[in-house]
Amino acid sequence: MATVVAVIASTHHPFYYKASTATGEDRPPFADEWVSKITAFRETLTRARPDVLVMVGSDHFHQLWLDNMPQFLVGKAPFYDANFYNEEREFGLPRMLLKGQEDLSAHILRAGLDEGFDLAFSNELRIDHSITCPIITLRPEADLPIVPIYTNIFAPPLPQPKRFVQLGRAIREIVESWPSHLRVAVIGTGHLSLELGGPRQFGPHGPDPEFDRKAVEWIATGDLERCLAEVTLESLHSPGNATHGFMDFMLMMGVAGAGQKADHVDSLDLFHTMEAYFTWYPNGVDA
Amino acid sequence: MSKYLLDKFLYYVDRDPDLVERYREDPRGTVTWWEAECANTVLNCHAGEASTWLRFTAEEREALAGQDHVALFALGAHPFLTLTLFIAMFERDHGPLEYQKAFGARLAHFELPYPDIAT
Repeated sequence: MATVVAVIASTHHPFYYKASTATGEDRPPFADEWVSKITAFRETLTRARPDVLVMVGSDHFHQLWLDNMPQFLVGKAPFYDANFYNEEREFGLPRMLLKGQEDLSAHILRAGLDEGFDLAFSNELRIDHSITCPIITLRPEADLPIVPIYTNIFAPPLPQPKRFVQLGRAIREIVESWPSHLRVAVIGTGHLSLELGGPRQFGPHGPDPEFDRKAVEWIATGDLERCLAEVTLESLHSPGNATHGFMDFMLMMGVAGAGQKADHVDSLDLFHTMEAYFTWYPNGVDA
Repeated sequence: MSKYLLDKFLYYVDRDPDLVERYREDPRGTVTWWEAECANTVLNCHAGEASTWLRFTAEEREALAGQDHVALFALGAHPFLTLTLFIAMFERDHGPLEYQKAFGARLAHFELPYPDIAT
């Protein structure tokens, strides 16, 4: 059976690419520290020697639209073109082409449906920065095949937080039941406190540093019990109007497992939102 | 209330570079044209299979024609769509992050809970 060699969760700051490649006067003062933290984070994936990446993210009204909005969707395609015109325009992100791992996509869809998750699927999916940002930070060669999994954290009505956790647990079990010898890393990105298009956006820190502190603690210690006790669809409005993206972190806590302490924890306090990086090695770092 | 149609306008324009420029330069004309020609397009269907019932309220039409992002927020337009499109149109006229911060400051009178964005 396949092995989950790493579980990785992070924010997906779309300005990293631009900040890290800028030079001279265009280079922001925090760029060097940011690059240093990302380089260390990247090493946590590299040393796990993955063959396949399961990538959990959320389409930001790019291909998925309100006339036909899935709650959870699995890509099943041989290739995925990536990034959209408005992401090139606003964030300077490059166009990319990633390979797909269709066998694992098919396995996740079949087993997920049989486990009670009515997963949508797409045979032609263009993926956006929620998945390309972690490719850029963690595997800039973009050489490994992927299975993209999209969640709806964006267009209410949304699934409940516990459903994200349940899906995360199921993804872990399903990947480990895949008849393959390949080494799989499950990578997901979400948000800490974040405001987009509201009065608290683009402040000197994230809109709710206290929420961020608690959230990092929950994730780093795998404290799903406290996290689920405090986080509701209603409560997530308070830290910032885009904070429902935190539910993708909760999904990744489900993948990692309750009570599992992360092996790598780092964060970076930036303007607008805090960055945070977590890696778990389910079978030990050198497995 | 047709929050869905407000969002559809923002989404439709934001993904098309020519329409972004057209809306920046001629907001009222673009809104009038779009409501007449595009509002009822089902985005995943052929042109002959359009909807027949979508139209803005007067308040919504005026908010879009006036490029009034504060009114759009009050009406429950999805703030990500509004922000993305308005950055595309107006960031170029300002210094780094200046437009984004002013955009937020103009919304400072809103308290939680914000207007509902569910469609």
